[in-house]
Amino acid sequence: MLRAKKRDWDDILLDIFVYTFLIALIVMTLYPFLNTLAISFNEGRDSIKGGIYLWPREFTTFNYESLLTDQQIFHAAGVSVARTVLTTVFGTFLTAMLAYTISRKDFVLRKFITFIYVLTMYVQGGLIPTYFLYQNLGLTNNFWVYVLPGLVAAFNLIIVRTYINGLPESLIESAKIDGASEFTIFLKIIMPLSKPVLATIAIFTAVYHWSAWWDVFLYNSSNPALSTLQYELMKVLATANSMSGSMQQALANSAQSAQITPRAIRATMTIIVTVPIAVVYPFLQRYFVHGLTLGGVKE
Amino acid sequence: MKRSGYTFWQKLWKQRALVLMSLPFIIYVIIFKYIPLWGWLMAFQNYWPGQSFFEQTWVGLDNFRLLLTDPIFYDVLRNTLAMSLIKLLSGMFFSILLALVLNEVRFTKFKKLTQTISYLPHFISWVVGANLVMNALSTNGIVNDVLMNLGIINSPIMFMGIPELFWWVVGASHVWKTVGFGAILYLASIVSISPSLYEAAVIDGASRLQRIRYITLPALKPVIIILLIINVGRLMNMGFQQIYLLSNGRVIEYSRIFRIFELDFGLKMMRYSFATAAGIFRSLVSIVLVFSANHIAKMMGEERLI
Repeated sequence: MLRAKKRDWDDILLDIFVYTFLIALIVMTLYPFLNTLAISFNEGRDSIKGGIYLWPREFTTFNYESLLTDQQIFHAAGVSVARTVLTTVFGTFLTAMLAYTISRKDFVLRKFITFIYVLTMYVQGGLIPTYFLYQNLGLTNNFWVYVLPGLVAAFNLIIVRTYINGLPESLIESAKIDGASEFTIFLKIIMPLSKPVLATIAIFTAVYHWSAWWDVFLYNSSNPALSTLQYELMKVLATANSMSGSMQQALANSAQSAQITPRAIRATMTIIVTVPIAVVYPFLQRYFVHGLTLGGVKE
Repeated sequence: MKRSGYTFWQKLWKQRALVLMSLPFIIYVIIFKYIPLWGWLMAFQNYWPGQSFFEQTWVGLDNFRLLLTDPIFYDVLRNTLAMSLIKLLSGMFFSILLALVLNEVRFTKFKKLTQTISYLPHFISWVVGANLVMNALSTNGIVNDVLMNLGIINSPIMFMGIPELFWWVVGASHVWKTVGFGAILYLASIVSISPSLYEAAVIDGASRLQRIRYITLPALKPVIIILLIINVGRLMNMGFQQIYLLSNGRVIEYSRIFRIFELDFGLKMMRYSFATAAGIFRSLVSIVLVFSANHIAKMMGEERLI
């Protein structure tokens, strides 16, 4: 009797802890986004006073209007979309193609190729030599520096190879008997069957490239035409108090420039950069989790 | 290389379709990943751009000697390891805690919703993340508001301007951004535990806490050790973007990590050879760390990574 009662108390205390913890987690995860959203719709000078939580106090769409009249933002968004789409499409296809060749157990170069790719996960050339290499290849001040270096990553390659290894080998054998070439087997049989894992690495790649600003900063920062959305936001962040070039332009373009403040610009830019992720989030979430457990099988 | 009656070259010719499909990738990886390794030699020169590689003066280990006698180097080493350890341990602790807590939720819909929300910060870039963190920690941000309303402090704290606080800001924002995603792997391991273990424990009269303590936690041990090994190898490289974006001039003594050091001395101050030496030091320490962790895991009879 006494034992049963003690267990009940344990149970209740545990439940209180569990739900308090989770509700605190939800609040702490969502609040920064909602607060930033509220600030982005609040009048700039009013925001400085503080005290804005989940709802704007002096509602305005002025922050968005002044930022969205700036051509630079649209151009940067275009570059972001271009690099994300190009790298995702070509990178996924090429990774799948190489993964197919090294999934073939009789292929003589299988071990060699696997080794030279896996090694890159542990040994890297470092910042300075890589910078000089790109300079020599003409990749600095060049859009293709966003796409070329990241086309085939070792981690993705291993995930796809592991998945293809799990497909029945008899499929390849029978296709060979029917006279299909290696490339046809890859394109017509392996690619369609590998859709789940390809969706996963496509998302890995797309999220990475949408978020990238580092390569813009290192290799292309002198050319505004090659800037990306994340880099524009990064510049706003870096010069939190003094404004970046494109922002100053936005200010000059607007007659009521006094209304706009660095904090409002930062909040508005943050929302503009985050909205595309939020839109595709349900889709992202499903395949990402799926992919992580695919990778887990490999270990 | 005689196997199944063919020589290596005969086999290569027979598989020329596969060779043709993979050859561009071999060239690709050599250009983009292996040629930069050759650049390591720069650390043993006094490299100056404009001269060809062979016209450079060779200086032996001078750059490494300079590096090891530079007082900033020891700050950098301390900051790199301290922040990586804080992030690694707090990140793991909260991810495991979240996985355990989620596993105790009986309402499937609430569990799904919480999980979906908890991954969200993983998908945003650190540029956005740093903006959100700095907004929350600003003098009229939510953290100061809450602390002041609770009466813990009287006037707002400038969190981003106090050097001693920087490591903890980095640690806390790391937990905020990664806890939900980090919990996925642990939760997957918990789900794969045989239910018969729990049923037996219930018959023996074990409470929920006891079941967590004696069944769930021991079952997580292998995945915890694997993740520790993977991450120990990354201690010298952890979260460069986050630290770069959150740091500012006032906290530089506590925020300068290896990759920021390489960037400042290499590309900004054009001490290319010196920065490359720092990069080599970082890579060597990483390799030593990953092999030691692997070795320790082997001695403990756990699964190994390599």
